[in-house]
Amino acid sequence: MIMNWLDRRLKWVFTLPAVLFIALMIAFPIVYTGRISLYEWSMSAISPPKWVGLDNYVSLLKDRAFWTSLKITIYHSFFSIVLETVLGVAIALLFSRNFAGKKLAKAVMMIPMVATPVAIGLVWLLIYEPSIGLANKVMKSFGLPTQEWLGSVTQVIPSLIVVDVWQWTPMIALIVIAGLATLPADPYESAAVDGATGLQKLVHITLPLLMPTIITAVTLRIIDLMKTFDTIYATTQGGPNFASQTLNVKIYDTAFVNFKLGSASALLIIFFAIIMACIVLLTAIRRRLGGHL
Amino acid sequence: MRTSVMSRSVYTVINIAILLFILIPFLWMLSASFKTQIQILSPDHMFSFTPTFKNYLSVFKEYDYMQYISNSFIIAAVSTIGALALGLPAAYAIARHRMPYFSLAILTAKIIPGITYLVPWYILYNKVGLIDTFAGLILSHMVIGLPLVMWVMIPFFEAFPAEVEESSWIDGCSKVRTFFQMVLPVSVPGIVTAALLSFIFSWNNFMFSLILSGENTKPLPIAVFNFMSNTSINWGALMAAACIITLPVIVIALFAQKYVVSGLSAGAVKG
Repeated sequence: MIMNWLDRRLKWVFTLPAVLFIALMIAFPIVYTGRISLYEWSMSAISPPKWVGLDNYVSLLKDRAFWTSLKITIYHSFFSIVLETVLGVAIALLFSRNFAGKKLAKAVMMIPMVATPVAIGLVWLLIYEPSIGLANKVMKSFGLPTQEWLGSVTQVIPSLIVVDVWQWTPMIALIVIAGLATLPADPYESAAVDGATGLQKLVHITLPLLMPTIITAVTLRIIDLMKTFDTIYATTQGGPNFASQTLNVKIYDTAFVNFKLGSASALLIIFFAIIMACIVLLTAIRRRLGGHL
Repeated sequence: MRTSVMSRSVYTVINIAILLFILIPFLWMLSASFKTQIQILSPDHMFSFTPTFKNYLSVFKEYDYMQYISNSFIIAAVSTIGALALGLPAAYAIARHRMPYFSLAILTAKIIPGITYLVPWYILYNKVGLIDTFAGLILSHMVIGLPLVMWVMIPFFEAFPAEVEESSWIDGCSKVRTFFQMVLPVSVPGIVTAALLSFIFSWNNFMFSLILSGENTKPLPIAVFNFMSNTSINWGALMAAACIITLPVIVIALFAQKYVVSGLSAGAVKG
């Protein structure tokens, strides 16, 4: 009897626990964030939340620090994604040939993606350490002047871009390698009949066919890239002088260092809107190129 | 002939260079973890040094890392089990009955910055006393695991032939029993992938634990991070701690390489 009852409502019985969990832990917090973004609140028991309407948003948009932070986020994300895509596709094409140790190569490429980000941040902190780090040892051995790396306002973002490229290029490469394996053989056969060169095949057949895979990989990567927190926080905490304070780090500081929860929530809503805009844009591009996400 | 040998050796050199570049930070971490502070600070001991185990000993003796490892393990293991318990039936129901809104909710959960949850959780956890409790941390880490489980399992269940289930129903087996006795055992590879990803991402999580944990529940990433904030950095011990966190995930990932890679890039090569 009970089994019968369960069977007829399987769809709901099976999803109900997950739905409740999502409602409690995900949906409710998001709605709550939207609500707090309309209040001024510093988490203190003495002063209760004060309704300020859209003031948090208005003052954010007027705040130069917000725009600087947005610029830093775009700067970091843009150059990381371009380098990761170009290098990732190049490595994938290189590794698509069969060679001894291909399995080992794939295993090695996976390591930076799964290693604990805080540990990665700390290792790069040591590498970039101006007096004892590997980075300056390499500079010296080439007879180049030593650098401040993470300690310099102008070099901190390029240094962090190197970390991100090191960590995530392999992901793009692995996705593209998998994509290469699914390409049809016919176009290459007819190209061989027509006497096409390797470069012609690459430009006119391989890359166009790969485009949907590449764009999906870029979409997946850029969503995470804009949210980069662990490696930045473990190395610079947004410094020096806020030069590496991306939006994500800024939200964290606003909420948990300055305890301006209303303002932080407004930032969150804006941040979320930016990420959604990027996804919509990339999905539209992918749709135009054919295929679906 | 000659050029082909040339190009092949160039090719090999480039490949090795790429792999070396990926590995160098890990080798650096490993070698520094076996050096004394003096050896790390002086430029002469870059490659030649007698390894010391002092860093590892001090990490366990002075800094109580056994406790942090066990905290991390409890949080990662229980949140993974929780995510599977909620996610497997839900993924099955979604795979069998089209539920587009549900899939959309899961996708949104993957896209939303983690920090979005953190502000409201922090407020609510403070109200109900969940800060610095295992229950609180496990719930938060399930939010990481659940979308991963759904993401891996929905396509997996979709690929499962419906005729097999139907014949089981006709034999008088209930749908619920069919799920537990037929579908789940066959789905072990998918479940393993989902569980590994969920475990790794919980083990690695930094942001949620940074705010929601405390002295009683502090997991490894936070312990290592706090370690660094001490006045002068003890690099050797710090790198030993970094090795201790990273080693288990790398070992898991290497053993289950096929699963992890397909899980991480799931859905990317479909279209």
